[in-house]
Amino acid sequence: MAERTFRDGARAVGPLAIAVAGFGISFGVIARAVGFGWLAPIVMSATTFAGSAQFASVSVLRDGGTVAAAVAAALLLNARYAPIGISVAPYLTGSVVSRFVHAQLVVDESWAIAAEGEGRFSRSMLLGAGVVLYVSWVAGTTVGAIVGQGIGDPAALGLDAAFAALFLGLLVPLLRDRRHVAAAALGAGIALALTPFAPAGVPIIAASAACLLGLKR
Amino acid sequence: MSQTWLLVALVGAGTVAIKAIGPVLLGGRPLPGSLSRVIELLAPALLGALVAWQTFGIGEALAIDERVIGVAAAAVAIWRRAPLLVVVIVATLTTALARAIL
Repeated sequence: MAERTFRDGARAVGPLAIAVAGFGISFGVIARAVGFGWLAPIVMSATTFAGSAQFASVSVLRDGGTVAAAVAAALLLNARYAPIGISVAPYLTGSVVSRFVHAQLVVDESWAIAAEGEGRFSRSMLLGAGVVLYVSWVAGTTVGAIVGQGIGDPAALGLDAAFAALFLGLLVPLLRDRRHVAAAALGAGIALALTPFAPAGVPIIAASAACLLGLKR
Repeated sequence: MSQTWLLVALVGAGTVAIKAIGPVLLGGRPLPGSLSRVIELLAPALLGALVAWQTFGIGEALAIDERVIGVAAAAVAIWRRAPLLVVVIVATLTTALARAIL
């Protein structure tokens, strides 16, 4: 297989970038409606770059929660980026500063697109997809925060199904043997079983424990 | 207002740190054997969880709604070896259509 490039990563993530921009718009709209003003949502998208955590923290505040509860919800959701970061670490070469910056481009979608199976990742795919997603997330947030209400709901357009479809499309080629199928099924089972009982974020980070099946020979 | 900026600063700093841990501390070096066997299964485990959560999860609850139809259509497209772009578009359009009809 030919070496995959930055441009391949950017192209692969194209369709999803539209959905991400749509959700960026709705994040901007919602955050503004909660009283964030127009600048704070944009700054948050540019610095945090993790959609589900941003939605979660804003909704905790909206429902009358404290700042501490909102921060905890967001960081629990983002805890999965610790193991995800470790998984790509061998492929992020370069100085400490460039590794630090490149690590920020890791989100679920760029990580999944860069996965080549058997624990290998393409650095250029990761960065290409990450840059496109970052730009569409921040641009979408900017539009939503400035224009505000009156923009269509991404769910009505079916964009909320785009993420599950993408993750499924990226998962299937990784299912090379029984161990991989078992890990995927166990991960899905853990996430579904815990969702009604555990705070947001906990089911996903708990599901990552399914990879401990790798210790079994 | 200051509450907002406190939240933005804390979530931003925490997320940046979480994302940086692995690449900054372990960057550019192969993982030790047992860790790499575990990490190899991280992608299927997390992707399985994300598919399930994105299909059935609404915040901290589970629900069966039109997304299921969209994801089922995507599964058919994947089975027919459609490119990823087509898979995502099929899921989006099918879900939107189901919402318009149902």
